[in-house]
Amino acid sequence: MAQVSFFVIAAIAVGSALGLILRPNAIHGALFLVVNLGSIAALYLTLGAEFLAAAQVIVYAGAIMVLFVFAIMVLIPGKEESGPDAKRGARIMAVPVGALLLLLLAFVIIGRWTVPQGPAGPSGSAAAVGRLLFTSYLFPFELTSVLLLAAMVGVLLLARRRPG
Amino acid sequence: MVPESYYVTLSAILFSIGVVGVVIRRNPLVIFMSIELMLNAANLALVAFGQRIGNLDGQAVVFFVMAVAAAEVAVGLAIIVTIFRVRRRLSVDELSVMRW
Repeated sequence: MAQVSFFVIAAIAVGSALGLILRPNAIHGALFLVVNLGSIAALYLTLGAEFLAAAQVIVYAGAIMVLFVFAIMVLIPGKEESGPDAKRGARIMAVPVGALLLLLLAFVIIGRWTVPQGPAGPSGSAAAVGRLLFTSYLFPFELTSVLLLAAMVGVLLLARRRPG
Repeated sequence: MVPESYYVTLSAILFSIGVVGVVIRRNPLVIFMSIELMLNAANLALVAFGQRIGNLDGQAVVFFVMAVAAAEVAVGLAIIVTIFRVRRRLSVDELSVMRW
């Protein structure tokens, strides 16, 4: 049962990732990416990481994808890739290179799978992850707030309308 | 129970698709989305490894990756919108200099 659900979700994830990179329209790509992020959230659930699954849906599917769709709408989709492609040959080469990368990663995963099996899967509940974040990872956690503030100020600076 | 190596293999597949997407597309927004795809593939591998060795540190790292990705998307989209405002076109082949 667990195997079946894993393979179904994995097929959805790979299919939506392919849809993202193959569909010419950016807004379709954004919708495919939402499906992909949702399927990864489902995979987090099957791994017992409930807090991350919820955070994935809220942060990625909620906040980040809204930003993406908004930017695509602002920037008039579908006009960027209409002309003839001057670097078509170089781009086609990307497919064998990507296949090679995948082959390499597969070799590493299959050939060197010697990760020690630890104690039975820890609970990824909000309580457990939150306790970890506020004890061992307290300093990086606080730094994250500074990073987000810096990003917010930087975006305001970048996006303001310049005079003239 | 699904072995963790399946999750890591799926993560490798998604990462490779993301790499191909970055190279074959001309629209910077789609390239950006492919980068998000790669970040998520790495996150999936982190959670799978954390589950395998039986502690929660992998999930804490994924939390930080999400926060950094959110900041990155905000800044990156602001840059793309600014470039579009100045140049009125949006193709990565034309964006080869860091000035305008």
